[in-house]
This record gives sequence, structure tokens and C-alpha cells, in this order.
Amino acid sequence: MKVLVAVKRVIDYNVKVRVKPDNTGVDLANVKMAMNPFCEIAVEEAVRLKEKGVASEIVVVSIGPKACQEQIRTALALGADRGIHIETDEEVQSLEAAKLLKSVVEKEEPKLVILGKQSIDSDNNQTGQMLAALTGMGQGTFASEVVVEGDKVNVTREVDGGLMTVALNLPAVVTTDLRLNEPRYASLPNIMKAKKKPLDNMSPADLGVELAPRLSTLKVEAPASRQAGVKVADVAELVDKLKNEAKVI
Amino acid sequence: MSILVIAEHDNSELKQATLNVLAAAKAIGGDIDVLVAGENCGAVGEAAAKAEGVNKVMVADNAVYGHFLGENLGELVAEVGKNYSHILAAAGTVGKDFMPRVAALLDVAQVSDIMRVESEDTFVRPIYAGNAIATVKSTDSIKVVTVRPTAFDPVAGEGGSAAVEQLDVVKDAGLSQFVNEELAKSDRPDLASAGIVVSGGRGMQNGENFKMLEQVADLMGAAVGASRAAVDAGFVPNDMQVGQTGKIVAPQLYIAVGISGAIQHLAGMSDSKVIVAINKDEEAPIFQVADYGLVADLFEAVPQLEEELKKVL
Repeated sequence: MKVLVAVKRVIDYNVKVRVKPDNTGVDLANVKMAMNPFCEIAVEEAVRLKEKGVASEIVVVSIGPKACQEQIRTALALGADRGIHIETDEEVQSLEAAKLLKSVVEKEEPKLVILGKQSIDSDNNQTGQMLAALTGMGQGTFASEVVVEGDKVNVTREVDGGLMTVALNLPAVVTTDLRLNEPRYASLPNIMKAKKKPLDNMSPADLGVELAPRLSTLKVEAPASRQAGVKVADVAELVDKLKNEAKVI
Repeated sequence: MSILVIAEHDNSELKQATLNVLAAAKAIGGDIDVLVAGENCGAVGEAAAKAEGVNKVMVADNAVYGHFLGENLGELVAEVGKNYSHILAAAGTVGKDFMPRVAALLDVAQVSDIMRVESEDTFVRPIYAGNAIATVKSTDSIKVVTVRPTAFDPVAGEGGSAAVEQLDVVKDAGLSQFVNEELAKSDRPDLASAGIVVSGGRGMQNGENFKMLEQVADLMGAAVGASRAAVDAGFVPNDMQVGQTGKIVAPQLYIAVGISGAIQHLAGMSDSKVIVAINKDEEAPIFQVADYGLVADLFEAVPQLEEELKKVL
């Protein structure tokens, strides 16, 4: 069974984000970039499916500027078989990303598409669900367990209040949550080998998708900062303040 | 303008988050209809009809909606919502699941997790785990929007008398089936809507020690939460996680115990009205956002807190 994994290049999660002084966005100049953490989990899950003999081929796809190839190479080093880079320097919003991925799905016909539940830059949590809707597939969002059985996949989902398991007809879309797995690190020999794995390059136009963003960002600001309050000496003082000053108990 | 709000519920009760979403709808302005989709959910429809500012309630009561499967809800809401200017739902795990499907089926963008309404087409939302706040404008004819419930004060849940009509629209996408669910059974309030939240971090050392927090929480009628560090360490389940990758809370009182205050945790709780931090490391970043900080060993402070609370409550 073929598995398609979509990965996104984002600001490294350890980097402190700074808003540009002109409020047009976040400063990405000379900032360390990396694979979105939820996408790393998606790659890892695909690799584990291959190790179990469930997946036969893992295709990894990324959308964005030339530099995205670094993240595709990372996924190849982790165990993906080949890469597809949809190259564009334009802003790509969730709906367009879903349309681009739909074209790839139609070409590649994977049985399972795995994506991160959200990217840590735009925090939208949309692309997987949109792709599933556009391709008429079922979706197992916020997955903490993925079990392929015959022509179905059982996905255990992290939902408000606990866990919920759904059975989806294949092909299906899965989006990953944090506890699905713990991604491995790429070994040096695998990083070297990844350089020789095939990587196709194409444009949105090659896939017949016109980029037409529907949302415009008017401004980006730093969040209102909270002032530090007072230190209390002991628990008795704390409870007194909560009762008589803040009046919250 | 006409706004369709999708009710959040568990087939028996209307969740408070719906009242928060109705507040966001009110801020946009226009006629507000509510769609209740579920199974044997008539009582939820009645409850929604009593909420402030609701024009009409539609109830789609069918087994295919019983477990809120995104594939079926997506088709239903896209069908019912296509004649509205706005479709709103709470940004909980149900809304996050089906709303992007609605947007894709209608070929429009979705605006996720809004914190404020600027105008009918312009909304404010957090990006980069709340480290930046974006103002975005939608050019689509139908605005599909998920709402961060804690960012809006709820409308009144009583006093309204909207008409309730049954909706005979059955959409079974046939793509997914419910298998089972394991919901944490607890008499404590729901984390996302609790007035008081007591959370523990890595400093709790193990899951067993969370019992201390539970005892304090029960005295105050509070919910119990955790930081991602505590969840990653396996102390407690993920549904207790407060933070950008977990639940966003904004209670009247948030007590952070043994939590250092990583950015991703602060993103989930810094809108709380009063924040208390108990940590033995006085340099912990949590103290920079806390209204009341207590530098102490939590294993001494928490039992003392329980005793002091017993005196005053």
C-alpha cells in the first residue's frame, strides 16, 4: 500500500517568534527553519507502517519555496522513498494546499494520506480535513493510534474529554496528534542515502491549480503582555489574597 | 446578514461553548439560526431555543449524526449553510474536525479559532502558538469561522423563545463508522469551561501526585489540568493538557503548580483572570505572568493550601 505524507517547512519550534516592527508579519530573516513537529510525527508513522510491512512505498510531498527541499530530504532520510516538491514562492493558504495535494493524490493514488493536524506557524488545523473533503475520503483527525486492517483503517482520535475510535474506508486521510509516536532521528548514513533518492519538482500550474488566496492578513501584532504580580510569603497569605483581594474563591 | 451557528452538545445537553459562539455571532450582527445535529437530541434543541438572540433552531436528529462524524456533519452543514453569510462553530475537537470539510465543500477559506470580531469580514486570531496575533479579512461570500469559546463572554442561556423546527436532511457520507470511545468520567467541571482550574506540571513528579491537586480542586469545584511536560512524561492523559497544543482555558482563577511556564503552556492559559503560580524555582517564567506567586516546594505548599482552603470555604 502506498502512503503519501505531506510536510511543511516552518520556523523551528524552539525559536522565539518576533513580530516585525511594521506589523506586516513575523520576522523570518535568518531564523532557523525546520519540519513542522506534527509533520515529523506523520513521517514517523508512515515509516513505522512500512517497517510493519503495511506500507510498501512512502511518498513525501511539500509545498513552498526551493528551501522546502531540505524538509523533503529530512523525510527521505527518515525513511520515505521519494519526494515531490511543489515549488512556489507565493503564500499558500490551507484551501489551496488542499487543492494541490488533491492533484497529487489523483496522480499517486495512495491508500493513506498522513498529515500533521496543524502547522505551528499559521495554527489553522484545516488542510487534512479539506483534502479529505475534496477527495471524498474519510478522515481520522488528531490521531493517537493508527491500525490498518484489510480495506479499513481504525484511527483512535484525541477528542475533548478522552479518546474516540473510528473505522475509515481506505483510502483515507489521517492527521497526527502529539502522542501518536515519538519521531526518530535520521542517522548519518541515511542522510547520505537520502541525497540520492528521487525528488520530483513541479509547479502549482503543472498541477492545474491557480493560487488565489481568499484571506488577507491586515496586520500582525505581538500579544498583549501580562504584568507580573506580587510574591506572597506563604500559603495563608495566598488564600487571604485570593479571598479578600482578588475575590475569586 | 444571516449567521448559522452549529451547536456543541453531547446529545443530551447544550454545551456552554455554544453560548460563547452565539456571542461571537452577535458581535458580527444579523439574524442568528442554530443547527443542532445529533441523535435523540431534542432536549438540546429546546435548550438552544432559550438562548439569547436566537432566531430559529433547526434540529437534524438522526443516527448518522449521533457521534458527530466529520464526514456526515460536513455534508449536512455545507448543505444547510450555503444560504448563510456566516457559519460559526466552537473550535473544539468536533468543530475543528468538520468545519474545514464544510469550507472545502463550499470552496471557501476557513478562519480558525477567532478571538475577536472586528467587522463582518475581519477577525482577530492567534498564530505561532499565540506569540503573534493576526487580523485577517475574508473575501469569500460565505465566512466559515471557528470560535475560541473562552475569548467571548457567553450570551444568556435563558429567556429566549426561538422557534424549533425539525430538519429532515440525512447525509451519510458512508466513509466512516464510529467504533468506540473512552471518555474520562469525572464529576469535576469540564476543563475548557471551568471557573477555576488547578494544573500540574513536570514538578508533580508522577501521576499519583496529581491526587493532591484533585483534592484541592474538589474543594473549590475546579477542573484539573496539566502542562504538556506532564503529559509527555506520561503522568496524566492528553485530554488534561492546557496549552497551544491542548486546551485553551480562561477561568476566573488558574493555579499553576510545578509548572515552569513554557511559551506553549502560557498560550493556553494567559487569558485567565487571576493566575497563581506555585514553584520552587523563583526564576521560573510562570512568575512573569502570575498575579500571585509563591516560591515554595509544592509537596509542602499544596497540602497547606488544602488545609487553608478548608478553613475559608
